[in-house]
Amino acid sequence: MTKVTLISSRDPNAPKPERPDSLYEKRHQIYPKLAHGRFRMVKWLVMATTLGVYYLIPWIRWPRGNGIPDQAVLADFEGEKFYFFFFEIWPQEIYFLGGLLILAALALFLVTSLLGRVWCGYTCPQTVWTDLYIWVERAFEGDRAARMRLDKAPMSVSKALRKGGKHFIWLLIAFLTGGAFILYWHDAPTIARTFFKGEAPLTAYFFAGILTFTTYMLAGTMREQVCTYLCPWPRIQGALTDEHALNVTYRHDRGEPRGPLHKDQGFEGRGDCIDCKQCVQVCPMGIDIRDGAQLECIHCALCIDACDDIMLKVGRPTGLIAYDTDRAISARAQGSTVKYSLLRPRTILYSILIVLISILILWGYGAKSTYEFSVLKDRSPPFIRLSDGRVRNGYTLKLVNKSVTTQQVDITVKGLGDAEFEIIGIGTSQPGGVLTVTSEAHGVDRYRMLVTIPAGDEADRENLVVEIKDPDTGETIEAGAPFTRGDR
Amino acid sequence: MTDHKPEIDEVSGVETTGHSWDGIKELNNPLPRWWLYIFYASIVWAIVYMVFMPAIPALPGTGMTNTPGIRGHSDRALVAEDITQLNVQRGQGSAKLLTASLSEIETDMNLQQFALAMGESAFGDNCATCHGAGGRGAKGYPMLADDVWLWDGTLSGIETTLRHGIRHYEDPETRNSAMPAFGRDGLLTPGEIDDLVQFVLVRSGREGDAAAARRAAPVFAQQCTSCHGADARGNRTLGAPNLTDQEWVFGSEPRDIHQSIYNARNAHMPAWQGRLDDATIKALAVYVHSLGGGEK
Repeated sequence: MTKVTLISSRDPNAPKPERPDSLYEKRHQIYPKLAHGRFRMVKWLVMATTLGVYYLIPWIRWPRGNGIPDQAVLADFEGEKFYFFFFEIWPQEIYFLGGLLILAALALFLVTSLLGRVWCGYTCPQTVWTDLYIWVERAFEGDRAARMRLDKAPMSVSKALRKGGKHFIWLLIAFLTGGAFILYWHDAPTIARTFFKGEAPLTAYFFAGILTFTTYMLAGTMREQVCTYLCPWPRIQGALTDEHALNVTYRHDRGEPRGPLHKDQGFEGRGDCIDCKQCVQVCPMGIDIRDGAQLECIHCALCIDACDDIMLKVGRPTGLIAYDTDRAISARAQGSTVKYSLLRPRTILYSILIVLISILILWGYGAKSTYEFSVLKDRSPPFIRLSDGRVRNGYTLKLVNKSVTTQQVDITVKGLGDAEFEIIGIGTSQPGGVLTVTSEAHGVDRYRMLVTIPAGDEADRENLVVEIKDPDTGETIEAGAPFTRGDR
Repeated sequence: MTDHKPEIDEVSGVETTGHSWDGIKELNNPLPRWWLYIFYASIVWAIVYMVFMPAIPALPGTGMTNTPGIRGHSDRALVAEDITQLNVQRGQGSAKLLTASLSEIETDMNLQQFALAMGESAFGDNCATCHGAGGRGAKGYPMLADDVWLWDGTLSGIETTLRHGIRHYEDPETRNSAMPAFGRDGLLTPGEIDDLVQFVLVRSGREGDAAAARRAAPVFAQQCTSCHGADARGNRTLGAPNLTDQEWVFGSEPRDIHQSIYNARNAHMPAWQGRLDDATIKALAVYVHSLGGGEK
């Protein structure tokens, strides 16, 4: 008799298997040093502008009259409308937003092919808020060296105050970010007031909370990891870049061979790079630009500022690190130069597409009708035979008026020969007649309509067509519905 | 057994309970820890729940149905609160409905739209069971969308019917009339009733036995005209239907008509006053009037 036994080796004296090296690397804290120079200045200005736009836009008023919200930019979920200055989009026109998204994507492509990753380096919210957070950090904890010392130092009152103050201001900025976000979804002055009184809708607190949390996490603690690991854009960037793309580039042809500069040494027989590592120290992504084009690089150009500073000090021309193209690099290798050209098939194509789609959207917006009109037939009863043999069908008319003026519109019935029709509360019209109803400004009206055809009429009259006409503009819209004659 | 050492099963390496049936031993596989902890947590939760929420049926004679729990939770109270809130939400429109006259409601478009929406949902809840969706009617239950009315098809007439019902004897103002059961009560002979059926068929423009109809004419004049009229066109104040048109609430077949004469129909509709609030009744009147059969 054989026995199968499953024995797990649990011998306590057996040697422990060695743990494999972790596949994950721990994050190294990055301490970006403050850079000085023109790109730093541009970044400060862009930051002020983008933050200003974000915080101020909801407060811009744009009077539309007639009780319609007067906020210039507003996604009004309660009223089911989207307002953007003179644009006003109703739920059934949501495709305009699709057009805007296509435009935004194309604009990003165009800017990328013209100027490289300027979106990442200057205007991306992740970059702007991280920059702002680092600025706060610097104010509390000092620049790179001081911050590194502080982190290594044991806990003290001073360290606790500095760290605590920094996190407090970070949270405050995060809250203002989340708070400003909800202004886009409600009337800004109202929501700002009710928010602090505890009377705002629950969703407002929810989204303010979410945005506070994400701002604090993404800009405070996650920072460059968002760009490197979370964001799809650097990957898309790889598909968009080409030999014409402007990239922040270390000109290795000029810099190598690098090495520390000794006092009485000239630059004969060596490269301009003195290996001072200033470009590494200012980098918010913690990379070395001299390693070449990298996915992590957001092309913020702070290393250009840092390097230019040093080049001036050692008496060499600036631009060892500069915006450059692959094409220019290979041209220089062959002893020639190329001019950077903005007009290329690609940029022209993007521009044409942007213009075309803009025209299409504007044309579509301009040509959209003031009214929307539909006719819904009663399901039950499908038809009514009156005592004198006439046949009647009931309908609901739904009339949407997107303009800001209340308008009288004329309703006529076609396609049923000599059908008589009645609108409850308005009146009855003889065959071929007109009934006038009110279409409330910026609203939806429903009317109940009864259509009656004479007895014994066997003509083909299965389709009812109802037409509305704005007598002022002459605009007409037709809507159809079946007419059930019944049979006897 | 004196041996307290747990026995280990050789094959699985699991402890046995010591129970053995025909040599088959029961393994002692303990419950998974996580399961056990959840089980204990549920016991704790049950005790906490019992303290806070209504839980234990109360003994008879205590005047309670159950222990109330210290939160004093009551689903009934929550429903009442929801209804109060709904009424507050409807407040403005309902208040307008109460003060406005029926014809004002129908011609003020905003009020009309409010009333139609309210009436439609109330109709679905209370009326459609008999009268059908959209008032399409059924055998025994009149269609409300056509132009034939037993009692009154004006706005105020519809409201009166809604409030007081038809043959709803608890309500003194109810619409009331009674057709005698001519056959059952022996008022007419079976032959006379058969003749009357033919008479009604002929009067409503359908094929019938002309000789029988002629025989029935004096019977009709004697027994029926007081309510249905000499011309058989009915009488609204008595709810007596017009016998000359093509609308038959209880069916148009000779056998249906025979049944109507033999047993009489005298259908009922409950009075809605007191069951529905005034605003809802007004909204229902406007809704029914808008279905298509309404009279001016």
